Amino acid sequence: MTKKHIDPLERVAQEMKKCVKCGACRANCPAFGTFQREPATARGKVALAQHLVKGDITLDDGTYSAMSKCLLCGSCVDKCPNQVPTDEIVIAAREALAQRRGLTTFHKAVGQVIRNRKLMNFGALAAAVLGPIFFRKVPSTSGLRLRFPMPFIGGSRHIPQIAKKPFMKRHPEIIKGEPGKPTIVFFVGCMTNFVYTEIGEATLALFRHLGCTVIIPQGQQCCGLPGMSGGDLETVRELAEQNLAAIEKHEADYVMTACATCGGALHKLYPLVIGKRNPELKARLQAVADKTVDAAVLLQKLGLHPEETGTGQRLRVTYHDPCHHRTAGIAKQPRALLKETPGLDLVEMEGADRCCGLGGTFNVYHYESSLDINAGKSKAIIDTGADAVVTGCPGCIMQLSDGLKQAGDKTRVLHTVELLARKIRR
Amino acid sequence: MLDARTLQQLTDIVGAENIATGAQDLICYGYDATQMEFLPDAVVHPDSAEQVSRILQLANKENFPVFPRGAGSGFTGGALPKGGGVVLVTTRMNRILRIDTDNLVAEVEPGVVTETFQMAVEKLGLFYPPDPASLKFSTLGGNVAECAGGPRAVKYGVTKDFVMGLEVVLPTGAIIRTGGETVKGVVGYDLTKLLCGSEGTLGIITKIIFKLLPYPDSKKTMLTVFDSIDGAARAVSTIIKNKIIPTTLEFMDHATLTCVERRFNLGMPESARAVLLIEVDGDRDLIEKQAGQIHKLIEPLGLVQFRVAKDAAESEELWRVRRLVSPSLRDVNPDKFNEDIVVPRSKVPDVIRRIEVIQKRYDIPIVNFGHAGDGNIHVNIMIDKSVPGQLEKAHEAIKEVFQAALDLGGTMSGEHGVGLAKQPYIPLELNAAQIAAMKSIKAALDPNNILNPGKMLP
Ligand SMILES: Cc1cc2nc3c(=O)[nH]c(=O)nc-3n(C[C@H](O)[C@H](O)[C@H](O)COP(=O)(O)OP(=O)(O)OC[C@H]3O[C@@H](n4cnc5c(N)ncnc54)[C@H](O)[C@@H]3O)c2cc1C
Ligand code: SF4
Ligand code: SF4
Repeated sequence: MTKKHIDPLERVAQEMKKCVKCGACRANCPAFGTFQREPATARGKVALAQHLVKGDITLDDGTYSAMSKCLLCGSCVDKCPNQVPTDEIVIAAREALAQRRGLTTFHKAVGQVIRNRKLMNFGALAAAVLGPIFFRKVPSTSGLRLRFPMPFIGGSRHIPQIAKKPFMKRHPEIIKGEPGKPTIVFFVGCMTNFVYTEIGEATLALFRHLGCTVIIPQGQQCCGLPGMSGGDLETVRELAEQNLAAIEKHEADYVMTACATCGGALHKLYPLVIGKRNPELKARLQAVADKTVDAAVLLQKLGLHPEETGTGQRLRVTYHDPCHHRTAGIAKQPRALLKETPGLDLVEMEGADRCCGLGGTFNVYHYESSLDINAGKSKAIIDTGADAVVTGCPGCIMQLSDGLKQAGDKTRVLHTVELLARKIRR
Repeated sequence: MLDARTLQQLTDIVGAENIATGAQDLICYGYDATQMEFLPDAVVHPDSAEQVSRILQLANKENFPVFPRGAGSGFTGGALPKGGGVVLVTTRMNRILRIDTDNLVAEVEPGVVTETFQMAVEKLGLFYPPDPASLKFSTLGGNVAECAGGPRAVKYGVTKDFVMGLEVVLPTGAIIRTGGETVKGVVGYDLTKLLCGSEGTLGIITKIIFKLLPYPDSKKTMLTVFDSIDGAARAVSTIIKNKIIPTTLEFMDHATLTCVERRFNLGMPESARAVLLIEVDGDRDLIEKQAGQIHKLIEPLGLVQFRVAKDAAESEELWRVRRLVSPSLRDVNPDKFNEDIVVPRSKVPDVIRRIEVIQKRYDIPIVNFGHAGDGNIHVNIMIDKSVPGQLEKAHEAIKEVFQAALDLGGTMSGEHGVGLAKQPYIPLELNAAQIAAMKSIKAALDPNNILNPGKMLP
């Protein structure tokens, strides 16, 4: 193994030393929960990373398999008594693996799709990349059938509909609000742009209701996290740079997103992972990170007051915390908004902050396990007897819908902003 | 090293997906919370006593060591495969077999996680009190093998006080039952107690019968702050002398408070020198009365703050102080030796004073906290291993700490066990005749010395 290949790991070697092998992460790691084997724990992955640095194991199949068993959910980091950043360590290991072994077919495909906005934009996207016609022609082993932009695995998988016209195509770049009100850059994200456009519409309606000027920078790209999950940091860096350029073009008070994953990228992982590797970008990434805010958090901050609009009957809802919210300490704000919303009864499920099992591209390689984790989540949701589960991440929405469908359940899955948007007078 | 034929036989017993020999698996089953590391030759995940028995029979025939392992959260290296061999992991044996609400007993497999079991019995209004701080991840098998304890030990006792019977695979492969589920029983030697705390050296536990209690009606948490360590220590003995047995009497010394305060800014009074976290449980009226009594009893002992939690949330807030201890310690120094000496309750102030002297002599920070109610003190010797000479100093200091505990009529370890970490110090506590008696038990049960060899006894 040449030095270069373990460079990414050397960079986090100091962080690894913080792990005292106490085993506390066995309690919180969803990957361990489903695999029930020690290499899947945070502690195991940290130990392996340490041995990679020492040089007594190599970036071989065994290491690859162990490092693939991580959802990058950050639960271990939150609960670790020593704040070991296992997610960062796993990203470094995956980067090393990708450098050494090349990207997998799947992650090459991911890279291609997420880098190529045009491919994503052309109208036939649904048919070409996601459509069943296409999939019939692609062998089941091919990466393209898999996670990005939509997970497509097996016939039973719940397949979200692709929007006829992407969200960003429907709106001008700048939507002027009232003078004196905040200007907000809306980072849309692929899932909202191509699949759950209603989330985009609801978000837009809410901020316009508050009189904000909303800017939807046309040059914005995929946040790149699916690439990060595969260790393809070169692609992520390219995307980060393009996103920076698109965002920086506009003067704004906030960079807002309704996607927890995109938020996690902009707010935490860009500076942490990309900034560390590309010091020349660090200050710019940090500046954007400092302005990045989740839609629900910003709505609360700007004083949104949901009103009785006479739409629909009472709804019993339960709230799922996306991992990228949990790690950013976002939990109270969306709940506060929901509690304040007329016509809603919020009931807590067991383990609301437990990962849904999507985990970047985890569900591609470990679909069974991803389903297993998801099944626990579905059960918790169903047990509350709620009419709808509400969350703040389109990725989670897709995964939760899949899980509930697999469980034969009809609970609806909604984004916080969708509910809120029904409770404003337009 | 295991030859190919032996590996094949092991595979035949547990199935191909339950044996691992890849470098990554070996690494991940070669550590525990001691941070020591030894590589095994193979890792097996049996699912039943019968499989365990066949593995041990094979081990005797082919002469390879077997190391039982639960969650690998042990503080003394009991599960580590020193010298190589086969690590036998109990993770798959994780069923709660029955909870008998008529007789207040439960039967479980050893791989069940402590907290999972606690929650299952609590749903039925029952109570399994042992609460090691590792309960969210440690296994019940590991708890029995180490005789784990926790804050509630003051009132309820430790793991062994709840074990009524076991199913054990002896080192030779024989499957036996010990004890039972009757409250009384005197036929034969008490092998159940012998197995509790035997650290996986005398047999592999495959089933456990636990005694349960009714879940206490309610509880009350109090945080009490003293202006001297003596005051806090006298508070402990005063409370107990007055025939109040709290569930919990957790203690934190000045050094501990300084660490927590520095990191988390809890706003402790300037004059705080020691803290006692006190909890009483039981009948609602009774505990109200006890809380009042406690306040009155400890008031004259230099009490500078007395806080009572009004509800569960406030109780959690008070416990936070205790839970923040561990994460704060690293600020002192990166490496720690966490010893868990025990002295008779009344000797707590004496042992703390002696530790202060040791700390000055060796000039390394020592932070003390723990279960003062049962005299069990966690003595944390904080060093930086990368500074030359500190490791040696730490070892010398540890020896003196143990000696201090022994001089005061105590013991080296209350709950963490001996394993590899404390083995060198055993002769401080046990004499040649005691060690010989124990060795003869080990030799009788494990003639080929294949089960967890090289642990505990020197
Ligand atoms: C953060 C932290 C806090 C802790 N707090 C406490 C505490 O408050 N109180 C306390 O007492 N301990 C505590 N411990 C120590 C440890 O958690 C306990 O000793 C626990 O009982 C070990 O359980 P385990 O499943 O991890 O066992 P392991 O570490 O896997 O094994 C421990 C020993 O048990 C043996 N063993 C395991 N399973 C079996 C079996 N089925 N049959 C026979 N032998 C077996 C092993 O061979 C080994 O010798 C703590 C540890 C950590 C890391
Ligand atoms: S990652 Fe954290 S919780 Fe897990 S073993 Fe290491 S120190 Fe403990
Ligand atoms: S990030 Fe999530 S899946 Fe990965 S090790 Fe941590 S807890 Fe486990």
